[in-house]
Amino acid sequence: MLEIKNLHASVDDKEILKGINLKVNAGEVHAIMGPNGSGKSTLAEVIAGQEEFEVGEGSILLEGEDLEELSPEERAHKGVFLSFQYPVEIPGVSVTNFMKTAINESRKAQGLEDMPANEMLKKIREKSEMLEIDRKFLSRSLNEGFSGGEKKRNEIFQMAMMEPKLAILDETDSGLDIDALRIVANGVNKLRSKDNAIIVITHYQRLLEYIVPDYVHVLHDGKIVKSGTKELALELEEKGYDWLKEEAAV
Amino acid sequence: MDLKEKLVSSFMAFEDGLDLDHPVHEERSNAMKNFETKGFPTKKDEAWKYTSLKGLQKIDFSIFPKHETTLEYKDVKKYFLHEIDTYKIVFVDGVYSSYLSETTHDGVDVCLMSSAFSKPMFKQVIEVYFNKAASKDESLTSLNTAFSKEGAYIYIPKNKMPKKPIQILHLATGNEAALMLQPRNLIVAEDNAEVQIIERHQSLTGNEVFTNSVTEIFAGKDAIVDYYKVQNDAPTASLVDNTYISQKNSSVVRVHTFSLGGKLIRNNLNFYQNGERIDSTLKGVTILGDKQHVDHHTLVHHAQPNCESHQDYKGIFGDSSTGVFNGKIIVDKIAQKTDAFQQNNNILLSDRSTINSKPQLEIFADDVKCSHGCTIGQLDDEALFYLRSRGIPKKEAKALMMYAFANNVLESVRIPELKARINKIIANKLGVRMGFDL
Repeated sequence: MLEIKNLHASVDDKEILKGINLKVNAGEVHAIMGPNGSGKSTLAEVIAGQEEFEVGEGSILLEGEDLEELSPEERAHKGVFLSFQYPVEIPGVSVTNFMKTAINESRKAQGLEDMPANEMLKKIREKSEMLEIDRKFLSRSLNEGFSGGEKKRNEIFQMAMMEPKLAILDETDSGLDIDALRIVANGVNKLRSKDNAIIVITHYQRLLEYIVPDYVHVLHDGKIVKSGTKELALELEEKGYDWLKEEAAV
Repeated sequence: MDLKEKLVSSFMAFEDGLDLDHPVHEERSNAMKNFETKGFPTKKDEAWKYTSLKGLQKIDFSIFPKHETTLEYKDVKKYFLHEIDTYKIVFVDGVYSSYLSETTHDGVDVCLMSSAFSKPMFKQVIEVYFNKAASKDESLTSLNTAFSKEGAYIYIPKNKMPKKPIQILHLATGNEAALMLQPRNLIVAEDNAEVQIIERHQSLTGNEVFTNSVTEIFAGKDAIVDYYKVQNDAPTASLVDNTYISQKNSSVVRVHTFSLGGKLIRNNLNFYQNGERIDSTLKGVTILGDKQHVDHHTLVHHAQPNCESHQDYKGIFGDSSTGVFNGKIIVDKIAQKTDAFQQNNNILLSDRSTINSKPQLEIFADDVKCSHGCTIGQLDDEALFYLRSRGIPKKEAKALMMYAFANNVLESVRIPELKARINKIIANKLGVRMGFDL
């Protein structure tokens, strides 16, 4: 599904990603953990096509296709989805209208007609129920005045609507209380399939109790310094990141 | 001969054709004197610091069109809000076109200033209202008053409401190489009356047009007036719009100004609150490109207690376009419990576009709520990335953000077909197709 080879990325001449290698197969869930400033969010945004970052060496392949020349929207059309750590408020555009526009633009890019209105409504109803989102919520302006938890839940709702091949969840757990965390994790688990892949970026092991990863990677100073199975997350929770930093320094 | 001299000398010829015993004659003469003394405003005048009329004064405008022109409805249909049934007062090169118009005297008067000036049945209304709200000091208003002869006359008696909205359309055919127009409108909604009006100026060719318009609006007790100004004219058309609104107790007047095209647009929008519990709303959407210029000068004069005013102007400026927002609010000493709100938000799309935004509050009462805010920014890159990451292409994402930005102003438009039309004009301007209407 996704293959990242020796990826380097920098912003304002400061290198943040210093040679990432990562392979994610369809049907897998990978967790990327690591201390603040290790480059987790940068990695997520670079995959999604944030133009603010300068990509130097290396490549990102989605189903064998190099994403380098593709705009963020083209990547979305190919099935890349990023659940933002800090979803942006867009006053004046309702959640529903936003989703309609997003889905129909993606369909247009694939040479399809607009989704029929009743089908769209049905889908919105289905997915919002899955995430226990109140219907009233959907007519509100996108993310405006949403609580941290509502924003994250709304991100996963968008993911459910867009049905991406590759979803990257950037600290989706931050700002969520335990009930909201369960709802969100449940939603994500329902979206898991043998045809898609999910990368979960998180600080804490907590989310991984609900979204159980197949692999865990530790990012430190722009590099993956350790990879393992879900037990690695537990180990990190227990020991913190310092031992890895020391190990990396050796 | 410069434009001022030409206007001054034309005035004599203009007067020759009019009834000199008419009470309005004296108003015209006084107004001409004022214009002659003051002339066109210059950049030295504080109120005209950012808007220059110099270029326009160099053009050899015809003051009176030489020949009448008839237009086929099908050729100008698109400038009408034709999706709904309306009364229409249509002028072609400043001359009333009965063929394109639909007026009425059925319970309400929707007709012409020229009739109102000449027919005895309107004499009293003219005496009570004409030139009573308009400034006698401002030189361009005086210039219009001096030449006041034609325009829309709308009189809604007590407790009445016209069966349908009213459109005022000024068309310029381009038969003159350069044409100056000075329409004069009088709108009176007596106590508890209600009316909806859409005004539009449209030049049909690339010839220069300079319109100096004055509109007086009187709202009686509990009256409701909705006035929509659609300013989406050709790149060679300039407009100075002077609108004066006088409101009585508990009346509601809402003016929406959509400045979407034209060479130079100056809106002088003045509200005078002469009663209590009055509601005044001033909203505007400006979207410009090229070298277009828009200047919104608003005034809300709170002269009595317990009144409200709401101002919300949004501007989007691309290319080398320039904008001005000057919002003046005066709260008299006796106007306690005034609630005055003013907001002006702007987005600059290019390094060459500029906006000058200035709130001007003169508050003499001590128990009031006045808030104002002004922002100037660019489209937020992060928001843009967010939308694009959901598959919305850059151009559409930008348009969506601009739509959203203008949405507040559009949502209070009470004629859905007009709202749809404005949406369409905006979408065309932004070069996108929108999957939904705001």
